[in-house]
Amino acid sequence: MKYMLLIYQNPAGFEALSEEERNAVFNDVDTIMKELSESGEWIGGDGLADPSQTKTVKVRDGVPAVTDGPYLEAKEHLVGFCLFECENVERATEIATRWPDARHWAVEVRPLMEAGGIEM
Amino acid sequence: MRRDAHIEDLLRRLAPQVLGVLVRRHGQFDACEDAVQEALVAAAVGWPEEGVPENPRGWLITVADRRMADQLRSEHARRRREDRVAATASADAALAPAPGDEQSAEHDDTLTLLFLCCHPALSPASQIALTLRAVGGLTTGEIASAFLVPEATMAQRISRAKQRIRATGIPFGMPAEPDRAERLRVVLHVLYLIFNEGYSASSGPDLQRGELTREAIRLTREVHRLLPDDGEVAGLLALMLLTDARRSARTGPDGALIPIAEQDRGRWDRGSIEDGIALVTDALSRTPLGPYQLQAAIAAVHAEAARAEDTDWPQIVALYGVLERISPNPVVTLNHAVAVAMVRGPRAGLGLLETLDGDDRISRHHRLEAVRAHLLEMAGDREAALASYRTAARRSTSLPERRYLETRAARLR
Repeated sequence: MKYMLLIYQNPAGFEALSEEERNAVFNDVDTIMKELSESGEWIGGDGLADPSQTKTVKVRDGVPAVTDGPYLEAKEHLVGFCLFECENVERATEIATRWPDARHWAVEVRPLMEAGGIEM
Repeated sequence: MRRDAHIEDLLRRLAPQVLGVLVRRHGQFDACEDAVQEALVAAAVGWPEEGVPENPRGWLITVADRRMADQLRSEHARRRREDRVAATASADAALAPAPGDEQSAEHDDTLTLLFLCCHPALSPASQIALTLRAVGGLTTGEIASAFLVPEATMAQRISRAKQRIRATGIPFGMPAEPDRAERLRVVLHVLYLIFNEGYSASSGPDLQRGELTREAIRLTREVHRLLPDDGEVAGLLALMLLTDARRSARTGPDGALIPIAEQDRGRWDRGSIEDGIALVTDALSRTPLGPYQLQAAIAAVHAEAARAEDTDWPQIVALYGVLERISPNPVVTLNHAVAVAMVRGPRAGLGLLETLDGDDRISRHHRLEAVRAHLLEMAGDREAALASYRTAARRSTSLPERRYLETRAARLR
């Protein structure tokens, strides 16, 4: 089963972390990514630029409107994502539990939709 | 690179035989497997141009052997440098064949390799990947695209599996008699998973995934050829053939899923159905009963009905009853409930479903809610059916299944 891990942060909150805490976040991410690569579960992922760099696009009656900033107003933002494939939801949740941002804010684990299916 | 279909078939058939010869000669399954892959790639590139050699098996063994010798030479040089000869020699000896274990040139190691690749010490994902590469002769790239993951991810699964085989010192040989039946069960389960992966994908946009179905049938046919008296091997092969026979009837032109009851049975593959029925009939008459035979027998009852309304549901109920006794699991109960509803009415089926509500293995699964919706609709309870279809649609992680469930819900709105 493939899962996407959505990683949320509060930018002000991240800035408020001590250097030690910030380094712990980066180190933990490196450790988990290495483990997932070695186990053959890692598929891909990336960090996202600051929310201020977002362009939100809406098309109404065929007319596009482009604005700066995120679509959803919130203190927490999506700062990154990763995709992995693992045996079951318990394993996926375990990976999420160890993701450092979960200690400070939250991460979401969501199953990916599959293109295939079986007749009922 | 477009491979010649005839050469591709030949290479896939020879791959496990060549690997078997190499492992018997040198030990070191992991290094031999790499050498055989290189020989297969060399053949896939060279043979379409230069023609297939007179003795293709011998050609592959020679080329793989040469790669292996090169590798051993450079490894020995490295070891001398590192002065670790003594430490590693004993590790190699663990995998080396015992004296007198060299087999005749025509000896077929396909089964031994399957047991190795499907060893219970490996994770299911690794078992599948290694089986397709070492026994199926597929390249890592082909396996990766079939499972929709990057090649690096699949390469890692394969190399991890091989490391594990080496680290745990799993011997190259048939499992001893007391374990053999249980180990064969794992092999069959891996083949079943490969088949299912391909079958569910054949309704999706990616045809290369559908090829997994063909590969699973081919490998199961090989196992059946080597173990003709095993009823469960025959049963699994029959189940695959009878299921695959519906392939072209199970999706509409727009890719939407069509349930068995509404399929155009004229599009079912009669040849596959006849083969499947013959296999399962023969197995049932002369081997101990098992879950694959029973599932194949149920598929055969569906296949024998000229129209959906001709289906012999009482016989299906009886077969599910036996299946629940010898191999109980919630998916069997789910299917049993559908059959019961067809014989004794939807309320009887719904009653059986209620026994699953407290079962953690399935209580949150979309299929339970999908079957409940179907039976509620049969019972004429439109409102409850609509709610169940919607719950099922939200829980499904398959796009075509969700679309099917949403369509059923919309009809009741």
